[in-house]
Amino acid sequence: MIARRLAPPVHGISNAVSAARANPLEVPVNSVVCVTHVPDTESRIKVSGRGIDEAGLKFIVSPYDEYALEAAIRLKEAKGGDVTVVTFGPDRAAHALRECLARGATKAIHVKGDVATADSLGVAKVLAAAIKGIPHDIVLFGKQGVGGDNALVGPMVAELLGYPQINVVTHLEVGEGTLKAHRELEGSEEVIEAPMPAVITAQKGLNEPRYSSLKGIMAAKKVAVDTKSVADLGLSEADIFNQRVVYVSLELPAEKSGGRKIDGADPAAAAREILKYIREEAKAL
Amino acid sequence: MPGVLVFCEVSEGRLKKASREALSIGRKLAEKAGGDLAAFVAGSGAAGVAAECGKYGAKKLYAGAHGSLDNYTTEAYATVLQQVVKDSSPSILLFGGTSNGRDLAPRLAARLNVGVASDVDRLEWNDGKLRARRPVYSGKAFATVDVTGAPAIATCRPNAFPAEESAGGAAEIVNVTAQGESRARVIETKISEAGEVSLAEADIIVSGGRGLKEGSNFSLIRDLAHAIGGAVGASRAIVDAGWVDHQYQVGQTGRVVSPNLYIAAGVSGAIQHLAGMSSSKHIVAINKDAEAPIFRIADLAVVGDLFQILPALTEEVKKAKAH
Ligand SMILES: Cc1cc2nc3c(=O)[nH]c(=O)nc-3n(C[C@H](O)[C@H](O)[C@H](O)COP(=O)(O)OP(=O)(O)OC[C@H]3O[C@@H](n4cnc5c(N)ncnc54)[C@H](O)[C@@H]3O)c2cc1C
Ligand SMILES: Nc1ncnc2c1ncn2[C@@H]1O[C@H](COP(=O)(O)O)[C@@H](O)[C@H]1O
Repeated sequence: MIARRLAPPVHGISNAVSAARANPLEVPVNSVVCVTHVPDTESRIKVSGRGIDEAGLKFIVSPYDEYALEAAIRLKEAKGGDVTVVTFGPDRAAHALRECLARGATKAIHVKGDVATADSLGVAKVLAAAIKGIPHDIVLFGKQGVGGDNALVGPMVAELLGYPQINVVTHLEVGEGTLKAHRELEGSEEVIEAPMPAVITAQKGLNEPRYSSLKGIMAAKKVAVDTKSVADLGLSEADIFNQRVVYVSLELPAEKSGGRKIDGADPAAAAREILKYIREEAKAL
Repeated sequence: MPGVLVFCEVSEGRLKKASREALSIGRKLAEKAGGDLAAFVAGSGAAGVAAECGKYGAKKLYAGAHGSLDNYTTEAYATVLQQVVKDSSPSILLFGGTSNGRDLAPRLAARLNVGVASDVDRLEWNDGKLRARRPVYSGKAFATVDVTGAPAIATCRPNAFPAEESAGGAAEIVNVTAQGESRARVIETKISEAGEVSLAEADIIVSGGRGLKEGSNFSLIRDLAHAIGGAVGASRAIVDAGWVDHQYQVGQTGRVVSPNLYIAAGVSGAIQHLAGMSSSKHIVAINKDAEAPIFRIADLAVVGDLFQILPALTEEVKKAKAH
């Protein structure tokens, strides 16, 4: 299942073409990055039925997935190995894969399907099945897909693959067979060590994601995206779609009926007015 | 008897606020779903919170009182909690929305092959199913979902469910003998900013943006937060500028918060910022631009100079507290 290289490659010869420029003394590390294609964070959401109206929305690679991708590309540059990006989504999700290839991913898998009707565990089952077919030492996720905001899929895949997980990671070091990561908690941070293969979910602060270059975009065009269906992965659609967590409705929040405006030209008077609001309406003091 | 089981965490001998909130909504659900409310606590001090668990309505406390569980690790906790689920077969399993709760819930759900509704702000038992409301698109919309399967799992959004005591006696302690191992090991813990109130759980947040002009002026935000007993927050603009650490960022790619009171000063109110705080119960915004988008959602919109108003407000708060 896992094509981990146990010994350093002799004379720097590696199985991955992309490893050619990497340090010959390093053991190549193969990464899989799961990326999801989400509405741009600027988007105003419109409801259509039990989901959102996608018409006119611009879609992007989910921001946290960008940190995961950047970490994987840096590993490839330092040590060699492949970066395979995987997405489960409709046709448009292929754009997310192209963007990742343009930034430096070396392979891409697109599992096609109506992900909007799959629950997080369904998504995780699809991704885990796809990942099993790819050589890997580390599997990276965003800490959450913006939009759905579930923050579930990474740990679920870790369980399905039987790997240790480190969630909400702000710092990552990969050694030989083990990795070390900083996990963010409320008001503190843990340094965690785990054997590979392992699952990491990326938090902002992990790195500064690069933009795609024109050269990267041209090179990406030469990579063929491997397209699969849920059935190709040997999974039953009935276990993936409309299971376990089922959407009943989607609603927009009630419009706030504009608050009270006060003039702050007299700071002392404004401060007293704010304090009055805090005490009498928010009952916060 | 199957009912509601709540994963609870202890800090300095007391239940964490998120656990008290989860127990409180758990008690209401148990009344509807039938069965008792039970708590699970891990670590050597587990039995010490039996009285507190009882106060929040728990009849039983499953205590995994092993030193090996003193520090949270995913796999060991999943193994032990899995055993408790097996022994107690609850119909609902709740987690507080803490870092650990959100780490453990999906791991265990995958193991049990059940669904999770995460970060929910409403829960009800509806026709034999757990119905949950969860903010999506960082609060730009709300999804209502049904969680089927046993147990149905949810993680509770901090501050969404008030912690309410009931008149219960100490919970009966059930010793949990199961133990587990984790391959991922904690080798060091670093406390980031001792004494700071955690953003996600805070009742009051004072937040600053680029209107502060320079990083050193963030002290105006800190001073007010300290005076009022709240946490500090920030817009992404000043996180990117390096004035404050990203853990303080509020918004779509920062923390999504819903405190009782949110005070924003020098924050324009970009859609990504609003997404992270618009569910706050009371919003006060201070901005010199009368057209700033933040005013669209502010309950109290103060048009003025933050450099004058913040110090004046901090003084007023200190005076009020002194009385
Ligand atoms: C993918 C993506 C994700 C993002 N995620 C987030 C996020 O999670 N959180 C977030 O906050 N942003 C996020 N942003 C950034 C967001 O779009 C805005 O750029 C950012 O919120 C602006 O920060 P600001 O309000 O501090 O700065 P500005 O927009 O520059 O506003 C400064 C405000 O200060 C006021 N001001 C100036 N001087 C004074 C004074 N003396 N007294 C009072 N008021 C004064 C001005 O009138 C102005 O309204 C994201 C952007 C993208 C593209
Ligand atoms: N449909 C998908 N295809 C590929 N990766 C996904 C998909 N959905 C979620 N992920 C990954 O799982 C992470 C967490 O997503 P979520 O649990 O949906 O918030 C995301 O940041 C992605 O890395």
